Amino acid sequence: MIRSEILREIAPILRDNLVVCNIGLPSQELHMIDDQPTNFYMLGTMGLSSSIGLGLALAQDKTVISIDGDGSILTNMGTLPTIANNVADNFVLLIIDNGSYGSTGDQPTYAGKKTSLAAVASACGCENVIECQDKDTGEVLQKAINSKQMTIIISKCDSGNIKLPVITMDPVVIRHRFMEAVKA
Amino acid sequence: MSISSKIVDDIVAAGIDFVTTVPCKQLAGVIDEVENREEIFHIPSNKEDEGMGLCAGAFMGGKKPLIIMQNTAIGVTINTLATLTQFYRMPLPMLISYRGELREPVSCQVEMAVHTKALLNQMLIPTYHFHKESDAAELPEILKYTFMCNKPVAILTDASFWGGYGDQ
Repeated sequence: MIRSEILREIAPILRDNLVVCNIGLPSQELHMIDDQPTNFYMLGTMGLSSSIGLGLALAQDKTVISIDGDGSILTNMGTLPTIANNVADNFVLLIIDNGSYGSTGDQPTYAGKKTSLAAVASACGCENVIECQDKDTGEVLQKAINSKQMTIIISKCDSGNIKLPVITMDPVVIRHRFMEAVKA
Repeated sequence: MSISSKIVDDIVAAGIDFVTTVPCKQLAGVIDEVENREEIFHIPSNKEDEGMGLCAGAFMGGKKPLIIMQNTAIGVTINTLATLTQFYRMPLPMLISYRGELREPVSCQVEMAVHTKALLNQMLIPTYHFHKESDAAELPEILKYTFMCNKPVAILTDASFWGGYGDQ
């Protein structure tokens, strides 16, 4: 499966939760598949989906799912010790690991070579780290939400993209709509 | 009362309850104060742009955030300031140690000091410079202003403000 197929499959699970979605194609795909006020689309700032999600999870009680990529985690590797040492049990970090920088032309990442993000997350002190295959992502994600324990999921999938439009919604509208959904 | 206590009193009085820090020797006292205040959730960051991400999330979750950092990190935060904090119009007070000014013992710090105000100016970030202890009297108004206008706002605090580095 490629990332967009995973997103399509987990969309019914995501819908009931606050979602911080990574820059580029992941946000465009989620926006196209199932646009919700509870989705915060990152239009820029590679690497910070997990940081924004953790800050949000620490600030309020609703479940927060950060959808991140292997390339973005590598960009902001310092996020994993911060997550490990500031446990928010309403936080799930879902790393869709296709071993490539998908939005920029599928250049390979080190996570697709020797580097194991699951091993890195564990070494950073994260306690519930699950590596799964693409087809099992929905089940693993639902269990993580139900467990009410902070969980890091690394979903291994294929590299590949679909053609789709950019998000034209104004960032302030995205943010305002999202904040109203957080408060609701 | 120490200047660090006064600053953190003002931070608490402004309703700021989520503070991320990346350390600097000049800021050690204020970071200790932040850590010790019950009213503040203190989350150390590994890098300043990461901290700004945490602050963005906390803001959207209903908290009032603040970042404490050194001016040498301005460069690594430019993209985050532009594409997250400013693009989505979020408030972010930045209490910044202004290394490389008068009384600075480390020559390399001057290399970023000379760029600091130019970069902040280029980013159209309202910038205040605390040089004397009495300058901190404006802090409550600066914090109020930040959350009024939903922008990142920089407060540069130099070595003279903090009383120098002792015997140098």
